[in-house]
Amino acid sequence: MSAIPKEEYLFKCTSACAGCSSSLCLRYVLKAAGPDSVLVVPACCTSVIQGIYPGTAMNVPVYNIAFAAAAACASGLSNALAALGKETNVIVYAGDGGTVDIGIQALSGAFERGTDFLYICYDNEAYGNTGMQRSGATPLGARTTTTPGGKPTAKKDLDRIVEAHNPPYMATACSAYPLDLYKKVKKALSIPGPKFIHILAPCPPGWRYPTEKTVEMGKLAVKTGTWILYEREFGKLTINGPSKAAMKRPAPLEEYINGQGRFKNLSPEIMDEMRQQVEQNIQRLSREEAGVC
Amino acid sequence: MLTIATGNKAVAAAVKAAKPGVIAAYPITPQTEIVEQIAEYVTAGDLKSQYIPVESEHSAMAACIGASAGGVRTFTATSSHGLLYMHEMVHWAAGARLPIVMANVNRALGPGWNTWAEHSDAFSQRDTGWLQVFVSTVQEAYDATLMAFKIAEHEDVLLPVMVNLDGFALSHIMQSLETVEIGDFLPAYHLPHAIDTENPLVYGPMTGPADYFRFRWDIERSMRDARGVIADVEREFAERFGRSYGPTEDYRCEDADVIVIAMGTLGKEAEVAVDRLRDEGIKAGSMRLRWFRPFPDLDLARREVVVIDRDYSFGFGGVLAHAVRSKTGIAPYSVIAGLGGQEVTYNDIADFVRNRHPGEETWFGVSDHV
Repeated sequence: MSAIPKEEYLFKCTSACAGCSSSLCLRYVLKAAGPDSVLVVPACCTSVIQGIYPGTAMNVPVYNIAFAAAAACASGLSNALAALGKETNVIVYAGDGGTVDIGIQALSGAFERGTDFLYICYDNEAYGNTGMQRSGATPLGARTTTTPGGKPTAKKDLDRIVEAHNPPYMATACSAYPLDLYKKVKKALSIPGPKFIHILAPCPPGWRYPTEKTVEMGKLAVKTGTWILYEREFGKLTINGPSKAAMKRPAPLEEYINGQGRFKNLSPEIMDEMRQQVEQNIQRLSREEAGVC
Repeated sequence: MLTIATGNKAVAAAVKAAKPGVIAAYPITPQTEIVEQIAEYVTAGDLKSQYIPVESEHSAMAACIGASAGGVRTFTATSSHGLLYMHEMVHWAAGARLPIVMANVNRALGPGWNTWAEHSDAFSQRDTGWLQVFVSTVQEAYDATLMAFKIAEHEDVLLPVMVNLDGFALSHIMQSLETVEIGDFLPAYHLPHAIDTENPLVYGPMTGPADYFRFRWDIERSMRDARGVIADVEREFAERFGRSYGPTEDYRCEDADVIVIAMGTLGKEAEVAVDRLRDEGIKAGSMRLRWFRPFPDLDLARREVVVIDRDYSFGFGGVLAHAVRSKTGIAPYSVIAGLGGQEVTYNDIADFVRNRHPGEETWFGVSDHV
């Protein structure tokens, strides 16, 4: 952790919920990016977390924009800065709803055009600031306010959609591994073109677990193989340390599921399906890393 | 330089002269020729702009917002469904106080698919905080686009400007065009609230009622100030380049007993109708409304008025007719004509005047005096 700079660009006066992991991630993202950075934020928890006008918890410029528009707004900003000869980092910091659902067209367009920017999706697997409605990123079986009986379909595989655009750099990260996130942001910003980082960001009120368990919940997601940490540089996949071990010997899925109220009373059938999804994902990525596709 | 061009190419030529830093482009009939021509300028190196071929109009306006806030002059063009698809961002651009210039080639709205002229697309955006000017000739399309940048970027305005030209009836019509050497007519782009990492600010965060309400008033205050700025810019343009414009273009109105008010190409067509009517001894005049937002003050005292609307507000009436009525207290003869590109000739317009029924509404060729 000694490599991480002491400078703060997200101050302590945020309006985040207790135990919020997305604000924790943003703190490390900004430490990695440094002061010559602009954040583009669509409607999401970060719209709230930054505070109410005229106050702000942010110490870099933040451009708030409509829900579907983050990647397109960042495109314009990135091109404007290029026209002015500036090398400022343009970073989208968007939730899962604003990425996998309403914002996916703009995201796809910006990646196809080769926009020079970093798009970070912090994924708490539901529409958080509106009170936890299901999003395309909500996992199978999870109860949300619009899936009170549990979500009947699987989580949308955002990473494979982004991968189809062949970006020069894409990675997954998790709030429980801040140094890994910090290094990935640093690396991403050193590469020209469209970069993508997908962060799993556990959410105490949404996932219904005690606030002090935010870090533990992120670690369990990785240890059970539910969330796999990897990087894909110019198409080459590297599984990162914590996930290498987890993929060989994943912890029982119950350790992750049972601590969360959103998965209460899962049927054995759904639980089996979830186990199969984890297993399939592990096998797919293992094969890809081994060059056996 | 004297040349001939379509309305679309005239807009593109003005954009080339204005040298935006970023242009967002998405095709839609009948606007496409504008973004195609600009792409040719950029590819040939005649225009050194960043050209963003976005995947939708919503993203076109979002990209213009990011670019304008980032500190460069921006332009985009759209029409009809494209304008409606970007509606959310049209509001955002004005609320963010960004001097974006957009050409909107006026076109009807589906269903059914109809690519011909109508003003309903622009009027559906009338309450967004954009300045809206409607042009009637190829030359005016060029001149108004050039002036739009200067008006939008004026420190007393800082609001976006929509330049409206009728689909096909102007966008694809060839007329003579005199382009100008703009010299220092357009100053370097300067946005007081441009994004600056040396002075980190938060733009558009959550805002409580008291501040939000004040920001809305600031938009209206600028919209009111824009009247004077428009007059100043149009005066300077006339001094430099010899062509003068105003909030309305009045033709033979001084001694007129009856005045035809219309917008866009129909407003120009009305001038021919006025000449015909004068030949018959009817003292007619025409007033082509150029600026729809900010809406000008109209002097129509003691005149009868015929308003032609190429639009309709269902359950209410012609948008222009009601604007004229609310501004002047005069109950006009309201003619709804030209929807979906319906042909309306100067003879038809002369007939509207001859057969006028003040206070009534007619759907030309469809339903009389309802």
